[in-house]
Amino acid sequence: MRSRCLFLALIGSSLLGTVASGQVTFDRILNANKEPQNWLTYSGTTLSQRHSLLTQITPLNVKNLELQWVFQAQSLEKFEATPLVVDGVLYTVQAPNDVVAMDAVTGRIFWVYPYAPSPEARTCCGRVNRGLAILGDTLFMGTIDGRLIALDSKNGHPIWNVTVANTVAGYSLMHAPLVVKDKVIVGTAGGEFGIRGFLAAYDAHTGKQIWKFYTIPGPGEPGHETWSGDSWMHGGASVWVTGSYDPQTNLTYWGVGNPGPDWNSDVREGANLYSDSVVALDADTGKLKWYFQFSPHDDFDYDSVQVPVLADMEWRGKLRRVMLWANRNGFYYVLDRTTGEFLQGKPFAKVTWTTGLDDSGHPVRVAEAKPSREGTLVYPGVQGATNWFSPSYSPHTGLFYIDTWENYSSVFNKLPAEYVEGRRYTAGAPRSPVPSLRAAQVLNRTEAEGYGVVRAFDPKTGVRKWEFKMADVTGSGVLTTASDLLFAGGREGYFWALDARTGAELWKASVGGPVDSGPMTYQVNGRQYVAVSAGNVLFTFALRR
Amino acid sequence: MKRLSWRLAALYLAAGVLFAQHSFTQIDVEDGGRLYRANCSVCHGAQGDGIPGIDLGHGKFRRAKDDDDIAAIIRTGIPGTAMPPNNFSDFQSLTIVAYLHSIAPGSVTTTSGGDPTRGKAIYDGKGGCAQCHRIRGVGARTGPDLSDIGNLRLAGELERSIVDPDAEILPQNRHFRAVTKEGATVEGTLLNEDKYSVQLLNSTGRLVSLKRANLRESAFVEKSPMPSYKDKLSRPELSDLVSYLVSLKDVEVKGVEIP
Repeated sequence: MRSRCLFLALIGSSLLGTVASGQVTFDRILNANKEPQNWLTYSGTTLSQRHSLLTQITPLNVKNLELQWVFQAQSLEKFEATPLVVDGVLYTVQAPNDVVAMDAVTGRIFWVYPYAPSPEARTCCGRVNRGLAILGDTLFMGTIDGRLIALDSKNGHPIWNVTVANTVAGYSLMHAPLVVKDKVIVGTAGGEFGIRGFLAAYDAHTGKQIWKFYTIPGPGEPGHETWSGDSWMHGGASVWVTGSYDPQTNLTYWGVGNPGPDWNSDVREGANLYSDSVVALDADTGKLKWYFQFSPHDDFDYDSVQVPVLADMEWRGKLRRVMLWANRNGFYYVLDRTTGEFLQGKPFAKVTWTTGLDDSGHPVRVAEAKPSREGTLVYPGVQGATNWFSPSYSPHTGLFYIDTWENYSSVFNKLPAEYVEGRRYTAGAPRSPVPSLRAAQVLNRTEAEGYGVVRAFDPKTGVRKWEFKMADVTGSGVLTTASDLLFAGGREGYFWALDARTGAELWKASVGGPVDSGPMTYQVNGRQYVAVSAGNVLFTFALRR
Repeated sequence: MKRLSWRLAALYLAAGVLFAQHSFTQIDVEDGGRLYRANCSVCHGAQGDGIPGIDLGHGKFRRAKDDDDIAAIIRTGIPGTAMPPNNFSDFQSLTIVAYLHSIAPGSVTTTSGGDPTRGKAIYDGKGGCAQCHRIRGVGARTGPDLSDIGNLRLAGELERSIVDPDAEILPQNRHFRAVTKEGATVEGTLLNEDKYSVQLLNSTGRLVSLKRANLRESAFVEKSPMPSYKDKLSRPELSDLVSYLVSLKDVEVKGVEIP
């Protein structure tokens, strides 16, 4: 017995030392670029550029990329999660809400945390999840039934499980949480069910709510007057994707979704703040510092459902801290992220709902371009010129890369709107030659009916540098690396490596299903890997040895 | 003692008559228990009462009228609810039913009726349990994580694990030891394995994947690394500790505002 106790004491003491050194502190997250072998947040860093400093794979050798391992999800839902990688361990989510820890070199599973969401959970657009956050030894996941769960990253055991929002009323959580200091920030989806959206921060250790920010101002708050009658109570304004954080300003930035009901705006006169906006919140208190609304009084479902990309660049002769934003409404914007000042906005795809932006970035609407009883043809269509999938900014090339739906339109019709708790509250049914969410297994569209394209823009001039056209549209994010590679996929089932400077195709893999996720890259034992999910499978590539 | 045995036998007999139509050996029942713990207890809980209105351990079923009905539901699930279909044979699903029948009498233990608050004090203090175990992010990971042990194990099983740790080690808690060709020893909990590799949570708290080709030797450690507390805790202390462990079921944070 004595020897057993001694053994226990020994492993106990060695445990404490090692665990402490392996923990993912917030300092590590802030300085994620100092350890590019890891991928510590949804977008790689809190600046959300989806740009890696790894350079082992280059334009010259990328032709030697080959498959290393695959993970087949036991799920028929879209595989939208971007994995995290921490010191050789890969964490991802098998839709809807099973967390899986794997050896990043072989894909062999360490543990699975199975989660059975409430049968009451309702989602508009798939029972999906986009990823995890980590702090210390704890993983965080939002669930489609409106919960936020903290898990031990070493064994998958739940540490706490908190209700964020009422799933019966249509609230759900889709995106990877964002860790800022000792808090975990999430926002609620459910805009197609008449929710009143919000963002909230939780104590990472206890799950206690620290602050809450409604994306629709309540009575007495500035902006409340932008909703007629009681429309603010069910006005949507969801949060669908992860926000960003700038330690210099201590602001956390989040995109806000469309106002509801989506296609009948008669019941919600006004600009409908803060729908279709970016909001900049004090990360400690959740107080609004500034906002910029891309699409006031939207009736096309043009959510600002994008990751805010933060970059520092010389702008008209002086260094400026900017935010790059390719919006579903067909324009890409440059904003000053300290003040929210509009610096530039240019269309990146065919747009007919507006004649352009005025000097303040406000769109000038085309009067007849709005949903009607018989239906009105508008570009871009309901899924937008881009959607939730991440763009990328490479500080190395200075270019901003957008996965785009070109020539894409919908016929928007308008139906009566009546709110019933838990039921869809959209008041329309847009039609398009391009399927909204699920790819068809065969493609027989003309280019004029819509196609996918990766476009590279110089954000300083607004000039398009190159484009890479696909046959079908895409649900893929874009990854760039410091070796000037760009990775992206498409619905037609290819995953490509392009030259980030020219757009030239350098390599491709046939992945046999639509890419509906953001690619990422990591390195273990001196070997760089690129991972992307397509269909129901996570694929991992590395250079042939 | 003799009288107690007769009473138990009578109880089992009554249960057999009541529940029916099939007879099973003790091994069948244990097999059913393993299937139950691996597939059912995540939602239904160790005692079968994890879902409000359903108490599998006390014959409280919403839809089934007999054992075959229950077995059919286990196999086909209930459409429109969280109850999924399961790929069991008829016999396997009936062994689960037999296990459920065995739960209620088995849940009465010599340690029933302890005080969970005092039990927590023993866990944190005299027992020194957190030196190896972890609850909701606090403690070590050498031994099994106990955050929701009340969902997985019955009071009697917990009591047995404390006084006789070698009696039954769940597959997910098996200890594994490997020596690399370079002579380094790696020990920990075996999480997963295949023909070419093993995955461990090692004794320093790291997730590691080892290639079998790089190992000189590797094997399960038969004995539990946990010491017996048979002579270290008094019966009331044991009772308190078990009560505390049984209470570890729910990691839900209460009192959060819902819009």
